[in-house]
Amino acid sequence: MTENNELIRLSAAALAEKLAAREITAVEVTQAYLDRIAAVDGKVHAFLHVNADEALAVAAEVDAIRAAGGAAAEELHVLAGVPIAVKDLIVTIGQPTTAGSKILEGWHSPYDATVVERLRAAKMPILGKTNLDEFAMGSSTEHSAYGPTHNPWDLDRIPGGSGGGSAAAVAAFEAPLALGTDTGGSIRQPGAVTGTVGVKPTYGGVSRYGAIAMASSLDQIGPVSRTVLDSALLHQVIGGHDPRDSTSLPDPLEDLVAAARTGNVEGMKIGIIKELHGEGYQAGVENRFNESLELLKGAGAEIVEVSCPNFKYALGAYYLIMPSEASSNLAKFDGVRYGLRVLPEQGPLTIERVMGATRAAGFGDEVKRRIILGTYALSAGYYDAYYGSAQKVRTLIQRDFDAAFEKADVLISPTAPTTAFKLGEKLNDPLAMYLNDVATIPANMAGVPGLSLPGGLADEDGLPVGIQLLAPARQDARLYRVGAVLESLLEAQWGGPLLDKAPSLTDSAVSSHGGSH
Amino acid sequence: MAAINRDDVAHLAQLAHIEMSAEELDRMAGELAVIVDSVKSVSEAAGDDVPATSHPIPLTNVFREDVVGHTFTAEQSLSGAPDAYEGRFKVPAILDED
Repeated sequence: MTENNELIRLSAAALAEKLAAREITAVEVTQAYLDRIAAVDGKVHAFLHVNADEALAVAAEVDAIRAAGGAAAEELHVLAGVPIAVKDLIVTIGQPTTAGSKILEGWHSPYDATVVERLRAAKMPILGKTNLDEFAMGSSTEHSAYGPTHNPWDLDRIPGGSGGGSAAAVAAFEAPLALGTDTGGSIRQPGAVTGTVGVKPTYGGVSRYGAIAMASSLDQIGPVSRTVLDSALLHQVIGGHDPRDSTSLPDPLEDLVAAARTGNVEGMKIGIIKELHGEGYQAGVENRFNESLELLKGAGAEIVEVSCPNFKYALGAYYLIMPSEASSNLAKFDGVRYGLRVLPEQGPLTIERVMGATRAAGFGDEVKRRIILGTYALSAGYYDAYYGSAQKVRTLIQRDFDAAFEKADVLISPTAPTTAFKLGEKLNDPLAMYLNDVATIPANMAGVPGLSLPGGLADEDGLPVGIQLLAPARQDARLYRVGAVLESLLEAQWGGPLLDKAPSLTDSAVSSHGGSH
Repeated sequence: MAAINRDDVAHLAQLAHIEMSAEELDRMAGELAVIVDSVKSVSEAAGDDVPATSHPIPLTNVFREDVVGHTFTAEQSLSGAPDAYEGRFKVPAILDED
C-alpha cells in the first residue's frame, strides 16, 4: 500500500490530529483524496462535480497558517484541512448545484448554504458535490438524472438513497466526511447499506438555509462519516442556531464530541421497538441486530421492549405529507428565475405552456409522481381525508415516541429491512422502493434524532447491515454516547473497522463483494 | 375514499403545470392508484379528538430585528435566469391572444 492509501483510510479525527501535529499537510491529504476520486469514481459515480482547485487552495491556506504558527494557527478549527464532500442538494458558490435534476443542470447558486459557510469558516476543503436521487426523492440514487451511484461493496447494487453519493464517497474512501440530507431516511439508509455512519439531527438542530427543500417539515441536514466520533465532530461544525432558518432551534449545541469520546452505556435503558423488527426484515439483518443487543447488554445496558402501535401508519402518512410539501416547494421551478426553460413545440407561446413544457422535460418520473400525488392530497375535497389525517398521525407518532422514551433512554432498531438490493430491482415498483424507509421515517415525522452505524455483514449475502439508534428531541448526544460504545464493541469483534472488509476497487479483478485484504 | 383515475391525473398534471403524454398519463394513473390505495388506512388512524401536527418542533414568533440584511444584486438574482432584459426577468406572454 502506498502512503496515500494509508492517508485516505484514516478517520477524520486521526487526520485532524496528524494535521495539528504537522505530521502531514492538508495539501497531501486533499491531493490523496482527489487521486482516489480519479482512480475509483469512474466505477462508483459518487460525485457529480469535483472541486479540485478550490479544495487544494483551501488546503494550502491551512498549511500556510500552520507553518506560520502564532495565534492564527492556534485559532484554526480542529477539522481545518480535513476534506469533505457535499450532497448536491446543498447550494455552494463556485460549484454547480443540480439537485440531481435536469431542471437545474449547470445552475450556480449566488449564495452558500449556512452549513457550507460553516465548513468554509472551519477551512475544510470541499472536494465536490455528491450524487443523489432527483431532489432527494428516492432510496437508491437511481432517480438521479445523471445516472446511479454504485455501492462500493458490490458495484451492481444500490448505495441507498437519496444520499447514496455521500455514503458511497465515504465508504469508497473518496472522502473522510460528507454532508447529507434526511427527509425520510436519506442519510441513515445509505449509511446502513454502505457500512458507514450517518446522523439525522433533531429537526431544527442544523440550519436548512441553502438546502433545496423537498418537504420543509421533515428535511434535515446531517453528517456522513466512517466513524461515530467523526460524525460528532462534523455535527459540531454545522449545528447550532441560524437566524436565516426560522425553524432553527435557539438552543445551544451540546458537546457531542465529548459524548462520543466518553461513551458509556452502564445503567442506560435501551428500548427495542416491537414494530420495527421481525416480520419483513431480512434474516441476516435480524441476526446482526440481535448481536448488537447482546453486546450492549454485556456493556451494562438494560434492554427493554417498547411498543409504538401507530408506527404502522407512518409510511402512509409520510407519503401524503412529503409529496404535499414537495409539490408546493417544487412549484418554483417554472422556467423563469433559474434553470431550464423549454418552449412548447407548437401552439401559442404563453408562460403557462412554457412552464408545462419545462417541467415535463426537466423533472424525472419520480418527481412527477410525487408532485401529482401531493397536488391530489392537497386538492379541495381530499385535503381533510389525506393531508389532515396524515398530520393527525404525526401527533400519534409523537405520542408513541413520548411513551417509549418514558421507558427507555434510547431506542434501537435495524436501519433498513434489507441489505443493498440490485440496481434496477425495484425501479419499476415505487411502493417496494418506499418500503426501504419504513424504519427511518418515524424519526422525521416526530422530529427526533437518529443515527445509523454499521452492525456487521448479513450471513446470506455478505453485505452491510445498519443499526439505528433514536433519541428524544434535543438529546442527540445520547446517540453519540451509545453509538460510540456499540461501534467499539463491534470493531473489537471484527478486529478493525467493517470497511476493512470492503473490496479495494483498484484491484484489476474486483470481487463482487466481501473480499478482504 | 375515491380511487384515482386517468382523468384525475390529467387534471392534476394541468394544475401542477406538467405536460404529460397519453402513455405517461396511463402509466402514472396505474402507479398512483396503487400508492393511493396503500395510504388509505391513514384516514382511519386518528379520531376527531387528535390534534394535527404541522411542524415536529413548533417555534412561535420567530422575528428578527427590522433592519436591512443581506440582499442580492440584480446581477446575482438574474445570474441563473433562462432569459433577462435590462435588469429584469424576461418571460413569454402571460396571456393568450384569445
